[in-house]
Amino acid sequence: MAQVKMTVNGKAASGEVEGRTLLAHFLRDDLGLTGTHIGCDTSQCGACVVHVNGEAVKACSMLALEAEGAEVSTIEGQANADGSLNVIQQAFQDHHGLQCGFCTPGMVMSTAALLKDNPKPSEAEIRHYLDGNICRCTGYHNIVKAIMAASGQDTGQIAAE
Amino acid sequence: MPKDGGIGASSKRREDVRFLTGAGNYTDDINIRGQAHVFFLRSDVAHGTLNNVDTSEAEGMPGVVRIFTGADFEAVGSIPCGWQVTDRHGDPMQEPRHPVLAHGKVRHVGEPIAAVVAETLGQARDAAEAIVVEIDELPAVIDMKEAVKDGAPKVHDDLTSNLCYDWGFVEENKDAVNKAFDDAAHVTTLELVNNRLVANPMEPRVAVGDYSRSDDQHTLYTTSQNPHVIRLLMGAFVLGIPEHKLRVVAPDVGGGFGTKIFHYQEEAFCTFAAKACNRPVKWTSSRSEAFISDAHGRDHVTKIELALDGDNNFTAIRTDTYANMGAYLSTFAPSVPTWLHGTLMAGNYKTPLIYVNVKAVFTNTVPVDAYRGAGRPEATYQLERLVDKAAHELGVDPMELRRQNFITEFPYATPVAVEYDTGDYNATLDKLIEISDKAGFEARRKESEAKGKLRGFGMNCYIEACGIAPSNLVGQLGARAGLYESATVRVNATGGLVVMTGSHSHGQGHETTFSQVVAEMIGIDESMVDIVHGDTAKVPMGMGTYGSRSIAVGGSAMVRATEKIIAKAKKIASHLLEASESDIELKDGAFSVAGTDKSVAWGDVTLAAYVPHNYPLEDIEPGLEETAFYDPSNFTYPSGAYACEVELDPDTGHVTIERFAAADDFGNVINPMIVTGQVHGGLAQGIGQALMENCAYDSDGQLLSASYMDYAMPRASDLPFYSVDHSCQTPCTHNPLGVKGCGEAGAIGSPPAVVNAVLDAMRSGGKDVGHIDMPVTPARVWAAMHGAEANAARVGAVGSNAKPQPE
Repeated sequence: MAQVKMTVNGKAASGEVEGRTLLAHFLRDDLGLTGTHIGCDTSQCGACVVHVNGEAVKACSMLALEAEGAEVSTIEGQANADGSLNVIQQAFQDHHGLQCGFCTPGMVMSTAALLKDNPKPSEAEIRHYLDGNICRCTGYHNIVKAIMAASGQDTGQIAAE
Repeated sequence: MPKDGGIGASSKRREDVRFLTGAGNYTDDINIRGQAHVFFLRSDVAHGTLNNVDTSEAEGMPGVVRIFTGADFEAVGSIPCGWQVTDRHGDPMQEPRHPVLAHGKVRHVGEPIAAVVAETLGQARDAAEAIVVEIDELPAVIDMKEAVKDGAPKVHDDLTSNLCYDWGFVEENKDAVNKAFDDAAHVTTLELVNNRLVANPMEPRVAVGDYSRSDDQHTLYTTSQNPHVIRLLMGAFVLGIPEHKLRVVAPDVGGGFGTKIFHYQEEAFCTFAAKACNRPVKWTSSRSEAFISDAHGRDHVTKIELALDGDNNFTAIRTDTYANMGAYLSTFAPSVPTWLHGTLMAGNYKTPLIYVNVKAVFTNTVPVDAYRGAGRPEATYQLERLVDKAAHELGVDPMELRRQNFITEFPYATPVAVEYDTGDYNATLDKLIEISDKAGFEARRKESEAKGKLRGFGMNCYIEACGIAPSNLVGQLGARAGLYESATVRVNATGGLVVMTGSHSHGQGHETTFSQVVAEMIGIDESMVDIVHGDTAKVPMGMGTYGSRSIAVGGSAMVRATEKIIAKAKKIASHLLEASESDIELKDGAFSVAGTDKSVAWGDVTLAAYVPHNYPLEDIEPGLEETAFYDPSNFTYPSGAYACEVELDPDTGHVTIERFAAADDFGNVINPMIVTGQVHGGLAQGIGQALMENCAYDSDGQLLSASYMDYAMPRASDLPFYSVDHSCQTPCTHNPLGVKGCGEAGAIGSPPAVVNAVLDAMRSGGKDVGHIDMPVTPARVWAAMHGAEANAARVGAVGSNAKPQPE
């Protein structure tokens, strides 16, 4: 067991972990941040996406010890300071971009990373970027639409509702 | 005008806030003080004699609490099957025992052999590696037609063969159907495979067992679509725990699609082990485990024939299907290829004679059960591919051939035992032609051809039977359960309501939709209504969510309970207003006396119910809480027409979905936004089946597509924006909301449109291959385009379920 320290959603966090403990498990089991979900064991589904030092990372593909000293942000830290939904979260609700909610934290975190690098992505760019985030409920239509809306683009031409 | 609340409004989902902020409460988020973790050691061979499981070394490993093997479960019941099918000779199906942990034999890759309970999951996994399992491998049977041959290895030694049942429907019609084929002017024949799929909800299954010695109470937290069904099946048939000593909780559940209906061994294990170890026991499935332990879906191999007269009227349909059950009978497996499939073979057409034969077969594969649509996608795919093929053989427009044979008068009794109450198939087809912009197709085809691509247009119609189901009817058909639904409406003194529903929401947005209905009925704001579900300690006995039944059956129970509330509230109001009960009207949350300005607010009535100082105590009891159980008198019959446009690269065989349009008739719609979302998701799963997804076994029974690296889950870049319409509405005549259900339509209706479109694109490129099996992968398309000999379309198929040969 080894000591690991990092900053998570702006607060200092630490714990004793095994060498094999994944960041996803550390967040969920040690810190109780269960919004980061684990949907696969081959790094395809993206339900566990968090940001580490500002970059989108699949928390199932990184050891907790690798995040030593890092700034980590998770879905629990995304809402506005007053607790209201941020622009991306609000767009997902407004456009029904989620159903069961299991992939949603990863989708929101990936979207934030996408829009940071590409503030007005095209439909094709969004679909390509989401290659590492699988959703089984929505058929992606409303996720893509929500991301376009979150980036200030007109979604009026996309089929209603 | 769009409404801003109540029935017909696209109310935003209240569930979303917790899901979007990481505050959902999924089963894996539940950790109980003192819990241990279990890791299941699973068989890595498909078929073998289990000689010995030596746990001696593993038991001394760090953190191990206890190791269980099949011997620990000899006194425990078999995992039960919830549906008994009677075969065409009047005999019951063959029903094997299904142990919690394998004993004596292993019958599929993934079957649990031993369970290690340890302080941490890592320690449990480490100890499992030290268990020595001795298995004498036996020949595996994977191909269904091989499995039913004389001399084939038997999956279950105590059964007479691998044939679970040989079902004929309607058996009495068989001779008349055969005669119609003898008399036909034209017969179209099609052999096809409905490919095996894995449901793949994004949340893997989880079970946490807990036991309280102080009051002898068991609790199971589980990823279930129907906690009461699990409580009954597991309590009564497996572990012998009376229902009042067993609580089952299914909190937020991350998608189900059918695969979380069933009772699984892991649930029984965690419940059992929690008492045996005297501490909570938690199991979280990995995705790799899910592939070899979640029930799979589909996996039918079918020959279907259509007889037509000289005027192209359908005169008869005859089918011959092999349906894979896997190694054991999962909870509702026997019903899927029979009563959820044969009864749909009339489709949208007035074919007078139909005979369906289904042979259900045991193989050394993971059990197969209901997956979104369950039997109805298989029926629709056969029928709509067949009609399309017939149209091309006859040289007539596929749409017009369908129109000519549409059922147009309702109610309509089919020759396969169901009665459609309402529908308007011409209306949805007309709407489809509009929203798919069929008129613009030729121009788009020219654009594709200018790029060196082929473009195809394919369409199909569908009908489904959902709102499952009338209990007395399904009882006659072999169901070992009732299929009613329940609701309790509890009104609080200050006017807010809690609705405890037996339906379960795992993505469908019931908390929003159900609130809309109750709020509209009373005339109060949706925020005054809370929906509780998923906990047997809180909600009345309910049958859960599957078969697109929640609003049609669960919603009806909720309406009935709310009607009782309103009736009692009117009595209280009439007392408070000193008026005749028959003069009391409820509107916008206030009770008034007709023709006067006297009224009393909803909140005053509810307060009076709980503070009954001025109250008709001699006539009615205090309080305002009512329960209703609703048992539907018929199925509901959503229907529609779907169209797909594909672009095909003739050099690579790669197919892209360029456009997809869906025109559905769901009857009345409560929340159009949510209904549209349900269709989107269904379409993605249907397109996934048609284009990409395939669960493939090799001939030794090894699952080749056992992770997301091998099983092609549709990604955002594989799918287009869809054009979805549900403005054609013929309300259901037999439930109070006039609703039909929408959850499965997209998955039922979409695969044939995709395949029909691919074949259309090939024909435009000069290759008429007649049929190509799903998934329509580039390898299969390329082979079909370039080989074009008899079975070329099957090149690239992997696994026995994908390589049936004509008999």
